Amino acid sequence: MPPLPRTDPVELDPHPRTAVREPEYGFPRGLWAAMARRRPPGPPFSPRTWRSPLRGPWITSVFGAILLVGMPIIIITGLLSYIAYGPQFGQALPADVGGLRLPLFDWPTRPSWLFRLNQGLHVVLGLVLIPVVLAKLWSVVPKLFTWPPARSLAHLLERISLALLVGGVLFEIVTGVLNIQYDYIFGFSFYTAHYWGAWVFIAGFVVHVALKLPTMIRSLRSRSLRAELRTPLATTVPEPPDTHGLVAEHPAEPTLSRRGLLALVGGGVVLMAVMTAGQTIGDAVRASALLAPRSRSYGQGPNDFQINRTAETAEITPTVVAGWTLTLTGGRQPLVLSRQDLLGMPQHTAQLPIACVEGWSTTQTWSGVRLRDLAARAGVPTPANAFVQSLERDGAFNQATLQANQVLDPDSLLALRVNGADLSLDHGFPARVIVPALPGVHNTKWVSSIDLRSA
Amino acid sequence: MATMISGVLAGWRRFYGENPLHLLALLGCFALAGYAVSFAVQAPTPIQLGIWFVGAVIGHDLVLYPLYALADRSLLAGRRARRRRHARPSRVPATNYVRVPVLGSVLLLLVFLPVIIRQGEAAYEAASGLTMEPYLERWLLITGAMFLLSAVLYALRRVRSE
Repeated sequence: MPPLPRTDPVELDPHPRTAVREPEYGFPRGLWAAMARRRPPGPPFSPRTWRSPLRGPWITSVFGAILLVGMPIIIITGLLSYIAYGPQFGQALPADVGGLRLPLFDWPTRPSWLFRLNQGLHVVLGLVLIPVVLAKLWSVVPKLFTWPPARSLAHLLERISLALLVGGVLFEIVTGVLNIQYDYIFGFSFYTAHYWGAWVFIAGFVVHVALKLPTMIRSLRSRSLRAELRTPLATTVPEPPDTHGLVAEHPAEPTLSRRGLLALVGGGVVLMAVMTAGQTIGDAVRASALLAPRSRSYGQGPNDFQINRTAETAEITPTVVAGWTLTLTGGRQPLVLSRQDLLGMPQHTAQLPIACVEGWSTTQTWSGVRLRDLAARAGVPTPANAFVQSLERDGAFNQATLQANQVLDPDSLLALRVNGADLSLDHGFPARVIVPALPGVHNTKWVSSIDLRSA
Repeated sequence: MATMISGVLAGWRRFYGENPLHLLALLGCFALAGYAVSFAVQAPTPIQLGIWFVGAVIGHDLVLYPLYALADRSLLAGRRARRRRHARPSRVPATNYVRVPVLGSVLLLLVFLPVIIRQGEAAYEAASGLTMEPYLERWLLITGAMFLLSAVLYALRRVRSE
């Protein structure tokens, strides 16, 4: 079939659509009407500026539908992450969240990759949806400069809620992207800011979905996705005039088909996935995540895997750990064990991931003494929780409280060795905690004492 | 009774612009957002949060977006200029073979700017023991590879259209 002649919509329509629909203004009518008569002269306020022939309710709704699936997953994994940190012990940040959290429950230890999956989804999905968010914003940007800025109180309030939505999504992206790259330029607590920003975003997101879902469904039905995927550039024409202010009044000649735009955004998603997923999936494909901060190899040795906080930073030197002993408290009297004592106890080996809130993880084979064996040895076989302290003097994560299920899991270890070798100083020598599905930073390194607490 | 209710509703609609549920939903939204921000008393304060919210919106909508739009318009101006010189339109327009690698490269630059310009290097080194030294080179190589691939595809399309 020969290609259809390219039609230029501007030529086809010598009398461009004028505003036939007299806008209806709500209260205060006089104000909106007066503003409408005084349109600012700048180009963004002129409909002639917005000429992309691809903007329209259908394309906006396609991006909206993708985000409608993706955003709830990001929101829920984010809120689950808060629970994983153990808010019941005050070790999730921000500490006081009122009613703004999921119902409390003891974070499980099974499956052992639960936190790894949760954070991998949260961070990788957050990153791969950036191109979709940018495309969605591109598709609606003319509405930012709509004039008059509001037609009624309803319109004004809805636009304020959109500021929460757009400000919220951009704030969450910016703080998240900076945090995974260790760029703390914002100067405030990442956890706290990302948490409150999320709730402002959730407020905007829920109301936006509630108000726009019918429009989205109607718009998606207005065109067939299958037909769009078969439409080449030569036959791409703008969507029919709409009442939303998305379709250009004076569309330019298309330079990209609608399927081309979808492929472009999809390509951005794939590019982001390739650049980041490797640091979550694991060591076989880690190097593929070329730009991700945790894509680097340390080598092939038993201790050559991702380090979070080096011994040097924590001021742990061979001198500090010389003559090290572990103190167990909570029983009738404190019990002090040397590394030799620990190596003399039954050793257990477990393959467990260590997963960071930043969305990277690594699975290693750890061996050492079961935490529940230590609890029994200390005379507290069923503790309510356990408070672990590190030799490290400063640092936000030089201590952690473990739930009962985290102490008693058969794979929860005070690890002494990894991959058949002694732990390196960077990985927590003489001994570190490793618990299935626990946030990485709560697997305390350089453990000095464990307080086994009864209820 | 029914006519009275519909009359009141119509009056409300003229005054407010939408049905009452619209207002209810928005008030719920503002209450939730306000409740969340009321907890943010220090580090970040509500003012810090506000500055970063507004900054993010201005940065995207009023700085980055106009830059993309201007860059794209200049690309299209080149296309129109070519048309004025040649009677026949190009069989294989180069526009999208430039757009795609540029967008890919800019996306990666925007997202990975901190590691590329080594902005958080001290904290990264404290955590991982590594420097951010390779990232600029990696970004440049990925950018080069995307442009090269695009150029090869463009050449193939040209050859096939001969």
